[in-house]
Amino acid sequence: MSDAHAHSIAFVRETELPPAPPPTAETGAVKWVRENLFSSIFNTIMTILGLLIVLYLLSGLIPWIVNGTWEGASIRDCRETLQGSGGGCFAVLAERWPQLLFGFQYPDYLRWRPSLAFALLFLAVPPVLFFKLPRWMLVITALYPFVAYWLIWGGTAITPIFALIGVIAGYFAFTRVERQGFVLGLLAGVIVAAIMWWIGGYIAAEEPGWLRIEAVPSREMGGFMLNMILGIVCVSLSIPIGIVLALGRQSRLPVVKGFCVVFIEFVRGVPLITLLFVANVVLAYFLPPGTNFDLIVRVIIMITMFSSAYIAEVIRGGLAALPKGQYEAGDSLGLDYAQSMRLIVLPQALKISIPGIVNVAVGLFKDTTLVSVISMFDLVGMIRGPILSSTAWTGVYWELWAAACVLFFVVCYGISQYSQWLERQLRTDHR
Amino acid sequence: MAALDTNPPGMIVSDEVAIDINNMNKWYGSFHVLRDIDLTVQRGERIVICGPSGSGKSTLIRCINALEEHQQGSIVVDGTPLSSDLKDIDKIRSEVGMCFQHFNLFPHLTIMENCTLAPIWVRKIPKKEAEETAMHFLEKVKIPEQADKYPGQLSGGQQQRVAIARSLCMRPRIMLFDEPTSALDPEMIKEVLDTMIQLAEEGMTMLCVTHEMGFARQVANRVIFMDAGQIVEQNAPEPFFTNPQNERTKLFLSQILGH
Ligand SMILES: Nc1ncnc2c1ncn2[C@@H]1O[C@H](COP(=O)(O)OP(=O)(O)OP(=O)(O)O)[C@@H](O)[C@H]1O
Ligand SMILES: [Mg+2]
Repeated sequence: MSDAHAHSIAFVRETELPPAPPPTAETGAVKWVRENLFSSIFNTIMTILGLLIVLYLLSGLIPWIVNGTWEGASIRDCRETLQGSGGGCFAVLAERWPQLLFGFQYPDYLRWRPSLAFALLFLAVPPVLFFKLPRWMLVITALYPFVAYWLIWGGTAITPIFALIGVIAGYFAFTRVERQGFVLGLLAGVIVAAIMWWIGGYIAAEEPGWLRIEAVPSREMGGFMLNMILGIVCVSLSIPIGIVLALGRQSRLPVVKGFCVVFIEFVRGVPLITLLFVANVVLAYFLPPGTNFDLIVRVIIMITMFSSAYIAEVIRGGLAALPKGQYEAGDSLGLDYAQSMRLIVLPQALKISIPGIVNVAVGLFKDTTLVSVISMFDLVGMIRGPILSSTAWTGVYWELWAAACVLFFVVCYGISQYSQWLERQLRTDHR
Repeated sequence: MAALDTNPPGMIVSDEVAIDINNMNKWYGSFHVLRDIDLTVQRGERIVICGPSGSGKSTLIRCINALEEHQQGSIVVDGTPLSSDLKDIDKIRSEVGMCFQHFNLFPHLTIMENCTLAPIWVRKIPKKEAEETAMHFLEKVKIPEQADKYPGQLSGGQQQRVAIARSLCMRPRIMLFDEPTSALDPEMIKEVLDTMIQLAEEGMTMLCVTHEMGFARQVANRVIFMDAGQIVEQNAPEPFFTNPQNERTKLFLSQILGH
C-alpha cells in the first residue's frame, strides 16, 4: 500500500472484480449465534446457563403434558391411569370445562347463549379496534351490548330494546340541543334517555312475556364468562369516564375540578378489594329496603370507578404532553371547547396514552378475579371453591391453575399485541 | 356557501375600521405587560409591529383574538366588541386568522384535513366544498401536491405556508402573524414572505409581528414600535426607518439594521 502511494496516488481500475459470496462461517444463523450468544466468556456462560434452565423446565413440562391423561371421573382415576408416570391429570379439565367457563349454576342447556354472545364479540369488536373497516360496521358494535345482554341474562326483549331506544333518543336529543351548548345537550340527552328507560321498565313489568327467552339471574353467572363480562364492560365504561375525569381535572370551574380531583385521589388511595367489599355489603345498607340491586351491577360500578380513576391519570399525562400551541391553534380557528377536545386534543392525547391505557386494561381484566373474594364464582372462584373442594378433584392444583393462566394469558397477550399494532398504525408524525 | 374571496382583490385602505383598541391594559399577575394601548386599524391596512424581546408584541396580537384576556379598555374587532361572552369570542376568532411562530399544525391530520377541519366544523361547510376551497388555497401557497401528507413530512417553510392556507380557508377578514418566519432557515423565509406579500397585495388586513424589515418596507402601511408594553412610535415605513424620532426606536433600529 505505502509502496503504491509512494510513486502515485492516481489509480485506474483495469480489471472488474466479480462479486464473491461472503465467507460461509459469517452468514445467517452461525453468524447470529456467534455474535449474540457467544461473543464473550460472560455471554457464553449466560447462554449455557440459560439453556440449562430451559432444558430443566422442559424436561419437567413436556412429560407432564405428553403423558397426561384426559380421561377419568376423579383424581383416583387419574392416579390409576398414570401409574406415577409424572403426567398431568387433565381429566379435570375435560370433565369440568363447562364449569370453568360458565360457572356451576348456569343452566347447561342454555350455554349456547353466552357462547353465541362470545362469538358475536368477534363481529362487534373489530370495527372499534380496526378503524380501516367500513364505518357502518359500528352499527354492529352499537347493537352488540343489547343483544349480548339479552342472550346472557335472557328475559323479555323489551328491556334491551327500550334500553337501546333510550340511548338513540338520548343521542338525538343531544344533537338537537348541542348547539345551545355542550353541557345542556348532554343534560337533555340524559333526561330523554332516562324517560325512555323508565317507560321501558314499566312496560317490561306489565308485559314480561313478550319475546321472552328463559331468564338467568345474575347469581348464576360464573366462570371465565364472568371475568369476560366484568372485563369487557368495565374497560369499555372506564375509558370514556376516565376521559371525562381527566378533562374535568383540567377544568376552570372549581366545582368540577374539585369533584374530579377528590374522586380520583380517593379511588386511587383505596385498594380495589375494599371497594368490592363495599359493593358486596355496605352498598346494601344505603339502598332503600326491598330494592334488588344486582350484585354484578354493583361490582361493575366499583371496578369501573377504580379503573376510570387510573385511566384518568394516564390520560392526564397525555393531555399534559400536548404543546400549548395545539390548544391555541384550535382556539384561533374558532373551534369551541367540545370541538377542539374531540378533534384536536383527545386524538393526540389518547394516542400518547395508549400504552398506559392498555396497561390499566390488562391489569383490570386480571383484577376481575378479585371478585372471588366476595364469593362470586368467577374462574378463580370456581377453581378454589366448587372444583377443588369437590371430593373427586381435591388436590388437582397444577392442571387447574395452569388452565386459568392459559385463559388469562391468551386474552392479555392479545390485548398487548393489539396495542403495539395500534401504536405502529398511529405513528403519523414522522420525526 | 361563501364566495371564493371575501375581500375584492386590490382593495386599498378604506375608512372602515377593522380593529379598534382603546386604552387597553393587561397584567400578568402584578406585571403590567400592556399599557394604555390605543390602536385603530383600517380595513385593508398592513401593520408591522416590532420591538425588543419581551416588549409585549405577541401579547398584543393575542389579545385581539382573545387568546389572552385583557383587563381594562376595549377591543372591537369587525364591529364586535370582545367581551367575556363565548359567542362573541368564537365569532371573532372565526373572522380573524392567526399564524404562529411554531406553525401549530395538527400533526395527527393530513394537510388537507388540517385545512378543512375548521370550515367543516365551525362554518358547517359540506366536506366536498371545504376540500375544494382548501385546494384553492394550497395552490395559492404553492403546495397543492402535499395535500395528503402529514405535517411532520414537510419542511418548516412548507408547514408555515400550510398554516397560512389553513387560516385562509376560514376566509378571515383579518390576519394576525406572530413572528411567522423566526423559526425558519433563511432560504425558507423567502417563500413564506412571498406568500404574505401576495396576501397583502390582495388587500388583506394584516397585523404582523416580525423583524423582517425588508418585508416591512415593501408591504406595510404603518410600522409600530413597542417597548416595555407601550406603543413608543408609529409611522409609515419610509419615515420610520429613515427618520426615527424616539431614542429607544433609534437604538432598536441601529441594533437590528446595524449588522
Ligand atoms: N403567560 C405569561 N405569564 C406571565 N408572564 C408572561 C406570560 N407570557 C408572557 N409573559 C411576559 O410578558 C412579557 C411580554 O411577552 P410577549 O410574549 O408579548 O413578548 P414579545 O414582545 O412577543 O417578545 P418576543 O419577541 O420574545 O416574542 C414578557 O416579559 C414575558 O415574560
Ligand atoms: Mg413573541
